[in-house]
Amino acid sequence: MITWSSLFESSFPKILQILAVLAIFFGFYGIAFAAGARVQGKKQNVLALSLFLVPALILAMTGLGIPAIQTFIESFKNADSSKWVGFANYTRAVKDPDILLAFRNTMAWVIISPVVATGLGLALATMLNKMKREALAKSLIFMPMAISFVGGSLIWNLMYQYQEPNMNQTGLVGQIMKSLGIPLQHLLLWSPWNNLFLMVVYIWGFTGFGMVILSAAIKNIPQDIEEAAQLDGASGLRLFRTVTVPMVKTTIIVVLTTAMVGTLKLFDVIHTMTGGNFKTDVLSNRMFDEHFVYLNNGRGSSLAILIFLGVLPITYYNIRSIRAERKH
Amino acid sequence: MAKLALKKNKPLIAPSGTKPFTSPIASAIVTVIAVLWTVPTLGLVVTSFRDKESILSSGWWTSFTNPSFTLENFRAVLLQGGGSLGSQGMIPFAVNSLAITIPAVVLSVGFGLMAAYALAWIPFRFSNQVFYGLFALQGVPLQLSLLPLLTFFATGVQLFGVQIIPSLGIVGTLAAVWFPHVMFGLPLVTYLLHNFVSALPRELLEAARVDGANHFEVFRRIVLPLSLPAIASISIFQFLWIWNDLLVALVFAGGTDDVAPLTLHLANLGGSLGSKWENVAPAALFSIVIPLTVFFSLQRYFVRGLLAGSVKS
Repeated sequence: MITWSSLFESSFPKILQILAVLAIFFGFYGIAFAAGARVQGKKQNVLALSLFLVPALILAMTGLGIPAIQTFIESFKNADSSKWVGFANYTRAVKDPDILLAFRNTMAWVIISPVVATGLGLALATMLNKMKREALAKSLIFMPMAISFVGGSLIWNLMYQYQEPNMNQTGLVGQIMKSLGIPLQHLLLWSPWNNLFLMVVYIWGFTGFGMVILSAAIKNIPQDIEEAAQLDGASGLRLFRTVTVPMVKTTIIVVLTTAMVGTLKLFDVIHTMTGGNFKTDVLSNRMFDEHFVYLNNGRGSSLAILIFLGVLPITYYNIRSIRAERKH
Repeated sequence: MAKLALKKNKPLIAPSGTKPFTSPIASAIVTVIAVLWTVPTLGLVVTSFRDKESILSSGWWTSFTNPSFTLENFRAVLLQGGGSLGSQGMIPFAVNSLAITIPAVVLSVGFGLMAAYALAWIPFRFSNQVFYGLFALQGVPLQLSLLPLLTFFATGVQLFGVQIIPSLGIVGTLAAVWFPHVMFGLPLVTYLLHNFVSALPRELLEAARVDGANHFEVFRRIVLPLSLPAIASISIFQFLWIWNDLLVALVFAGGTDDVAPLTLHLANLGGSLGSKWENVAPAALFSIVIPLTVFFSLQRYFVRGLLAGSVKS
């Protein structure tokens, strides 16, 4: 039995820690701002830059920039980083059947789930656009975004529960299959389809995001363009294809690439639902296992670099469009 | 995290009028999808109120025709604990989640806002290069950084056998978990806030400068108050992202229950208790109550924040 006093005892230091962190941060900057307000002339630019920008740059470089370079170097070393091994970690990655499988699965994830989630989001956004009471449906479809993928995975585990065919089914999907006369399957063990059942969790979580962003873009389409198209006789699917889709193309790309980066790095769903077993492993989960289960830094790092290479074209594309934007 | 590209904070005008798919079929499809999207969560909610025997012997949907609900599962998970639930139950993990999320959100948004102001309004020589560099760091998956950062926390920096930066000595503490979140979140937070801060009216800031206000005063008196809506939406975004994270927690809080957040504990429960749904279901529901409350009460700001980051108008 838990007593309130023991709970309080264990939580109190942690609450103090929160307050201490906030007090230090606001205290330091409170004093800095009071002092900084008196500085005039050229010196204030230097002072403001060093207090405003330098901390963020140091944090970002320590947290991401430098470690990324280290990981790149480690990827050419052996398990405990004591010896150089050239490209061995990479050549092994393309020969090892387990890692090849993780590659194939990741490819399937990156292609299938963003397309399905974005397509669904676009369809929903278009259909919701003219509805009167859209708010409730929107909220319900958007809600999974607030749920962690760990929570989502458990929620779907419950949906996928398997019982012997002669037993009462406890998973809703099993019950539906049984009612329809489809032979029952242990869905998460049923390779290669189990990959699709895992993708469902991601699609369930991400579709609402696509829908909300796309529906804002659709609402931004100038009305006269639609009216002109309608005067020309376009309606329904044709209006969708010739007006809606081209007008929100940029937003579709944003949603699609966001999902691609998300699935390329996807870890939580696999780790929670199958642990990468039953032929469902993906690069990100495999990388984690190489590092923290097999304790092989070299191999883990090489997989991290491969994930980075997958994200690279999307980053490049984003930087290009940002540059065009910032020039205006 | 959702990686948002593109910019601009323009009011979103919603013209009404005739649109494609004006049909009852569309309404029906949307309704069906909304129901499909809700049923799995409903299943978890219903299951967490059913007793152990019913959970094992029948599906949760049968309890609508044959209701028998209990609060016993929540008592066991929150007030009784024991076994893999932890001797103190789930509540200490929720405290850990808060103690990780609050500092991480405040510091990343705080540092991010100041950096955004500096990049937008303080002219200096390499301003553009720094901006693109910071933006490019968004493209570095945090996977690349996990092990080197963990090593840095544990041993500091040694070069040719000489200790240059000492070990931070924070491994196994809450700081080891929230600190990485601040660092990983900064590029995106700075970028999103930069979109907002750089769009503030130039005349307003210049008028203040002419009146003799320096950067510190302009930031405190003009930029900070005007940015509150953006701060709110990005904070909500960060809150949900950090609260829901598993990977960072697994690496940096690994091994010790003392600093493990709810997601990490829940993932472990899902593994160790497997099909003990009378424990897993209420624990999972407990872990999603706070983010769902934040989400539903602040949905408006949250959506606005998402849009600020991603809709090109």
